[in-house]
Amino acid sequence: MKHLIDIMELSVEEIQELIALAEDIMNFPEKYREKCKYKKLATLFFEPSTRTRLSFEAAMMELGGNVLGFSDANSSSSSKGESVADTVAVVGSYADIIAMRHPKEGAPTVATMHSDVPIINAGDGGHNHPTQTLTDLLTISLEKGKLNGLKIGLCGDLKFGRTVHSLAAAMSRYEGTELVLISPDELKLPSYVKNSYIKPNNIKYTQTTNLDEVMGELDVLYMTRVQRERFFNEEDYLRLKDSYILTAEKMRNAKADMTVMHPLPRVNEISTEIDKDKRAAYFRQARNGKYIRMALILKLLGVE
Amino acid sequence: MTIDSIVNGIVIDHIAQGKAMEIYSYLSLDKIDSQVAIIKNAPSKKIGKKDIIKIDGEFALNLDIIGFIDPESTVNIIRDGKLVEKKKLQLPEKLTDVLKCKNPRCITTTEQDIKHIFLLKNSEKREYRCLYCESRAE
Repeated sequence: MKHLIDIMELSVEEIQELIALAEDIMNFPEKYREKCKYKKLATLFFEPSTRTRLSFEAAMMELGGNVLGFSDANSSSSSKGESVADTVAVVGSYADIIAMRHPKEGAPTVATMHSDVPIINAGDGGHNHPTQTLTDLLTISLEKGKLNGLKIGLCGDLKFGRTVHSLAAAMSRYEGTELVLISPDELKLPSYVKNSYIKPNNIKYTQTTNLDEVMGELDVLYMTRVQRERFFNEEDYLRLKDSYILTAEKMRNAKADMTVMHPLPRVNEISTEIDKDKRAAYFRQARNGKYIRMALILKLLGVE
Repeated sequence: MTIDSIVNGIVIDHIAQGKAMEIYSYLSLDKIDSQVAIIKNAPSKKIGKKDIIKIDGEFALNLDIIGFIDPESTVNIIRDGKLVEKKKLQLPEKLTDVLKCKNPRCITTTEQDIKHIFLLKNSEKREYRCLYCESRAE
């Protein structure tokens, strides 16, 4: 593993190693406090994403390393027209590893072609966001104690929501996975995700527009935000944004040990009254993101 | 209809009917000085009717382009009036600077000096996807 651009570049075994390492970091943080001493992580965020950037920076700091970088394109030389290739070639001579967020899809792949240091894709437009998927997999593993044999509901914007595409793809490799795809007709999971990952792995899946109907069957409910920036048309956004809101009322029909996940930030798709419900795992999920990023940084830097 | 035979050059034969102009355009044959003949709707025992392109003289041919447009066509290299090589084509695994990505969110729309690369993902469906953003080639 030289870079991480797409979650599907990792084998199930490599993902398991990262999960095991993240769990070890959670249990024995003191062992890892100086593992990246004198190492530098550059966070190149060509579009703002405070949560993801802080998660990467906290991860590097907890490993004893340092961070440098920029948090939006206006404060970088890309605003002067510098290419991704040049930016990465220069920054790679200062830093030991780069986490990069870019609004254009495929920008991190360009970066890998011009970088001697590992590149982590921290999100490229609506395309990939592999550390989010690693976070999700770690969370499911911690909450359920396994990744096999789970019935997972994916709810909300399944068309534009890249986190659900990657999660559906990643979960398709685990035996006994069953996917329940809950979305309005306009925001269904694209057929290429089904044809490329779900069907070839013989994963059972059902599609529905009704969350209430399937609530009681789910082991995990993964909620997503209907994102304004993924729509070309404001009218469509306003019409669909409130389609699926999770409330305490709806949660009454869920299993006592169902896990509610969300990549965050949420707008109103999960009512805040659920935050205190022990089944609500989304804040634990955010915290897990830091640990899996620590594990990933260690692996990519080859630090034992 | 007679067209002079070539002494040194290339004959692209067994092109599916109607595909010759597409190949002509992708290979930018309008920009070369050599004589080029396009024969459309020539009789063919194998495929009924076919197109043929004859290029007089040396020319650095991008076989990937022809393979992408019509993998069933054949490329014959002629030297001193004799057929010296017959190239069988296939769908190329990788296309470099042949197609452009149509996804407005793709990095290829803004990054300078970038190679436009497409990879073959499904040969039955002849499906190519952009190396960078994975959008399907149209």
